[in-house]
Amino acid sequence: MTQLPPPSAKKLGLVIDLDTCVGCHACVVSCKGWNTENYGAPLSDQNAYSGAASGTFLNRVHSYEVQPEQGTAQLIHFPKSCLHCEDAPCVTVCPTGASYKRAEDGIVLVNESDCIGCGLCAWACPYGARELDAKEGVMKKCTLCVDRIYNENLPEEDRQPACVRTCPAGARHFGDLGDPDSDVSQLVAERGGFDLMPEQGTKPVNKYLPPRPKDVEPQIDILAPYLEPVAQDGAGFAHWLDKALSALPGGAK
Amino acid sequence: MHPAASVIIFNTFSGLGFGLLFWLGMGVLVPTGWSAFIWFTIAYLFAVGGLIASTFHLGHPERAIKAFSQWKTSWLSREGVCAVFALIVMAIYGAGLVFAGTRLEFVGIIGGLASLGVVFTTSMIYAQMKTVPRWRHWTTPAMYLLLSLGGGALLAGQVRIAAVLLIIGGILQMFAWGMGDRRFAEAGTTMATATGLGHIGKVRAFEPPHTGTNYLMREFIHVVGRKHADQLRIITIGLAFVLPVVLLLLPFLHVFAALAVLAHIAGVLTLRWLFFAQAEHVVGLYYGKR
Repeated sequence: MTQLPPPSAKKLGLVIDLDTCVGCHACVVSCKGWNTENYGAPLSDQNAYSGAASGTFLNRVHSYEVQPEQGTAQLIHFPKSCLHCEDAPCVTVCPTGASYKRAEDGIVLVNESDCIGCGLCAWACPYGARELDAKEGVMKKCTLCVDRIYNENLPEEDRQPACVRTCPAGARHFGDLGDPDSDVSQLVAERGGFDLMPEQGTKPVNKYLPPRPKDVEPQIDILAPYLEPVAQDGAGFAHWLDKALSALPGGAK
Repeated sequence: MHPAASVIIFNTFSGLGFGLLFWLGMGVLVPTGWSAFIWFTIAYLFAVGGLIASTFHLGHPERAIKAFSQWKTSWLSREGVCAVFALIVMAIYGAGLVFAGTRLEFVGIIGGLASLGVVFTTSMIYAQMKTVPRWRHWTTPAMYLLLSLGGGALLAGQVRIAAVLLIIGGILQMFAWGMGDRRFAEAGTTMATATGLGHIGKVRAFEPPHTGTNYLMREFIHVVGRKHADQLRIITIGLAFVLPVVLLLLPFLHVFAALAVLAHIAGVLTLRWLFFAQAEHVVGLYYGKR
């Protein structure tokens, strides 16, 4: 049913540390690798070896440049997948009941055999977390690796989403965000984890940890004050050329 | 938003068809026998033809029957239920006129209102989208209803009703465009709220996730419509509203009536194309595009 269940006590989700993520895309690769051969239809690629390559991914890493008022710009790598929202607008718009939110742990899933591929859930999602597979004609989205996290055939350390298991930087964390004492909830509280597009009212379960403030370098070179200052105005031929060109009509000063 | 041809055809022709069914059901024109057969055939060709076109963009149209199940939450499901109900009731009403020459007044009114219900539920599919601020406004259902009623009256040859509704429609459409242009900014979703990085400084998309395009970019980021928006708006107003009204006010000739209908259809097709092509989805912000 596409009616949302009452909020579950258990809210499984991810916490993504934007301070730690190095933008290696290992999570993208491991996500595609696991999910193309397990739960549901494979994640197809179109023209994979041409200039117009395109394909279905459940997790994509963007990179943003953030320019503070003062100081140098920062580059922030930004992995984005389904946030398993509490008020998931993608679920309620589904006409067939294919989209649903699990009452027991809050994971948002698609029952692919009921999906008619109308794309309305992707329209309703502000985060771009859902992609209609061009080959299968059904909606694909992050399952939080539901076929790993409860899978008793896997060794215990593998019972977490593929993206979390593979992250070499430890930038991705998986756990119960409904339990205030869980590691992930503690991490969110400690680091000031935030929601994406809070004004959309979707109440995402996944949280993002902000980049830590950059250090301001103190003066650590104790000899520097005693050294000759480095000339700022050039010398020799370059200095003469600079002056000569500046003296020409219209020359840059 | 990507302006899919199937959805534009559906919105245009089903709107007209259900508009005509509304006026037929309300008894504004009461044809009987063969004449009724022709009127209802036109209305059903438009309404059902549009509905069939709308299934062309589905990934799995063979499962469309499942779409009738989630009417409690889904406007698309409600639209499906409403369409089937309206078409069945109006078929009974039409059969009465065609075969028995009698007007089943109550059936007609129920069917007519249900026909309007289809148009309303369609419009709410768009108006509910918080992710597309331009659509999320009362003018969206108002314009769908006005176009359906006005176009339906035009098809039904109801000159006075059609002229009045088209004039109101044209004015409201210009008002809706003017307000719609500001709504993305008013909604307050920006790259800063999308990334949560606004407190550090100005956010700019540095590198996209992949070198190629993807489903999201194809579906939600569409620039051509906005590039020519002003010209297309003038064409829309001219074809969908002004020209039909002028032709209606001229002394009645069948050629003028036919031209009025054709101009209106061409205008509404342009209007619908703009409705999608101009609408911006918030997900574009993650790509630094709109």
